[in-house]
Amino acid sequence: MASPADRAVIEFEGLSKVYAAGTAAEVVALRNASARIGAGEFVAIIGPSGSGKSTLMNLIGCLDTPTGGRYLCDGQDVATLDAAGRAELRRQKIGFVFQGFHLLPRMTALENVVLPLVYAGVPGSQRQQLGLRALQAVGLGERASHRPSELSGGQQQRVAIARALINRPPILLADEPTGALDSRTGEEILALFENLRMVGHTVILITHDPAVAAHADRVLAMHDGELQEQAR
Amino acid sequence: MNRAITAAPNELSGPAVATHGRAGLVDILAMSAHALRGNWLRSTLTALGVIIGIAAVIVMVSVGQGTQSRLDETIARLGSNRIDVMANFSRQGAVRMGAGSATTLSVRDAQAIRERVDGAAYVSGILRGGTQVILAEQNWSTQWYGVEPDYFTVYDWKLVEGDGLLPDDYRAAATKVILGKTVREKLFGDSDPVGAQIRVGRVPFTVVGVTGEKGQSGWGGDQDDVIFVPLETARRRLMGQLQLPPGALMQIAVGTQTAEELEPVERSLNELMRELHKIQPGAEDDFMVRNLTSLVSARTETTRLMSLLLGAVATISLIVGGIGIMNIMLVSVTERIREIGLRMAIGATPGDIQRQFLAEAMMISLGGGAIGIAIGIGGSLLASRYGALPVQLDFQVIALATAFAVATGLFFGYYPARKAARLDPIEALRQ
Repeated sequence: MASPADRAVIEFEGLSKVYAAGTAAEVVALRNASARIGAGEFVAIIGPSGSGKSTLMNLIGCLDTPTGGRYLCDGQDVATLDAAGRAELRRQKIGFVFQGFHLLPRMTALENVVLPLVYAGVPGSQRQQLGLRALQAVGLGERASHRPSELSGGQQQRVAIARALINRPPILLADEPTGALDSRTGEEILALFENLRMVGHTVILITHDPAVAAHADRVLAMHDGELQEQAR
Repeated sequence: MNRAITAAPNELSGPAVATHGRAGLVDILAMSAHALRGNWLRSTLTALGVIIGIAAVIVMVSVGQGTQSRLDETIARLGSNRIDVMANFSRQGAVRMGAGSATTLSVRDAQAIRERVDGAAYVSGILRGGTQVILAEQNWSTQWYGVEPDYFTVYDWKLVEGDGLLPDDYRAAATKVILGKTVREKLFGDSDPVGAQIRVGRVPFTVVGVTGEKGQSGWGGDQDDVIFVPLETARRRLMGQLQLPPGALMQIAVGTQTAEELEPVERSLNELMRELHKIQPGAEDDFMVRNLTSLVSARTETTRLMSLLLGAVATISLIVGGIGIMNIMLVSVTERIREIGLRMAIGATPGDIQRQFLAEAMMISLGGGAIGIAIGIGGSLLASRYGALPVQLDFQVIALATAFAVATGLFFGYYPARKAARLDPIEALRQ
């Protein structure tokens, strides 16, 4: 069990997201959600599809802006930022891991891994070095020049994790990272997350699967747009 | 915590990588080139429109400029801003009088033009005929012109040897002669002609100058096969048995300072000549005012119009090419929507995305432009070699074509790039 973190990396209060507000098609995707996630925590957000967990993930990931409430991402108020500002915040604070890996098919593993560094303006030689080290860290040092189509699902997801962490962001945000993998490979990925937590990463895992969520220190449950801390 | 795959997760933690937070130009270009290579056939076909457009621009402009400069040369050879007043046949009742009557111009007409036509800056009466010129063993058949001093200005003849005819020579009807280049070469070869005595017909003349080369006339004749003598010398010594009334002229050459004055001067000349020759309203002129410069100018105007038309065709093909780029870029944005979403998620700003897609459009149009320039230059050279078309290729044409290519890429690449940049990353990732 992680000790209560003294510094919050994710903090939101009264957060809500309403689509098509004021019309007949109004949908409240997220209602008055509040939570605080400290540095180095491994938190799972669990909920069935349609519960609003994707909406919450998009807000936490600074891909979207809330219609109500306040969200501080590593101390930065996201509501004050425009699209470019949010992009910069994502680059600095958040590493994304997706269910479908989202690797660019025509690039090698190494080229995929260093892509965030390109947008960060890191020079090419340094990128190469950081990328190779990141691939080694996820056990794929030998596969740097392989294309995604030449890698297994588990290997692709590890490339994606290396990419997510290449910028050393404080937050790792994983959306159903094991959803497209068989259970044994999924376990390997989850073990990797646990290890990352050990070395100080804040890991937020979005899933519908309680077995996956069980790997986390804390579980927040989404249900019909409402967020609740789940007792363990 | 038992897997070999988690070899060194420490490598992935630690202080953030120092960044200045913007993708470099080289990286943007590399990514664009990578994307275009991945679809090279489509990229090439897309560039085809620009290739054709740019090649067309280069060929059109080169041929247009070549034709223009050939016409400019023709105008320069004709002499600048010149109007000729010629003697026409005269008519008495219904009977047209023969060629002998075609000497209705006189020195009085020339004098009246000098005094009364505004803008007639240079006026020279002209007599002419054919003769033999003889130097020792050499002889040559040529044309003589009896002229007044303004003649050389109006017809743009330059002296390249000797001092030419002086005012006294004209007044005294001196037996002095200026040789055209061809005559000088035929008679004198390499030796110095100035000061030498030659015979023109039976009359001895002193050579006082040689004119510069004019080359072929627009009608194929050798313009340099000619000699010039003072008008009155010609009248007294060279007319021979040709019976002309006293003071008669065959032609009066009139020059203006500017091309704009040509038309008003032409009108005034017509009016004045009708008045001097007492031609009744409705009766036929016994003279002819010919404005050659205007004729050529009209041809110039036609050429310019042609160039404009061809330019319009080239512009249209460039626009079509540009629309091709825009179309393919829009398709590309739609196809790569997931890629765009991912790039945004990992920190690409809308500006980064826009720059990348704009760079792709620019690469297509500039690449197409480069190939088009090569084809255009080749085509122009072929046209000049086998097409008998005057071609003038210069750096400006290529600069113009490059500017067109850049403008096409920027203009037609902007909208698709902006569309890509404005994508919502959530929507894009969901695809």
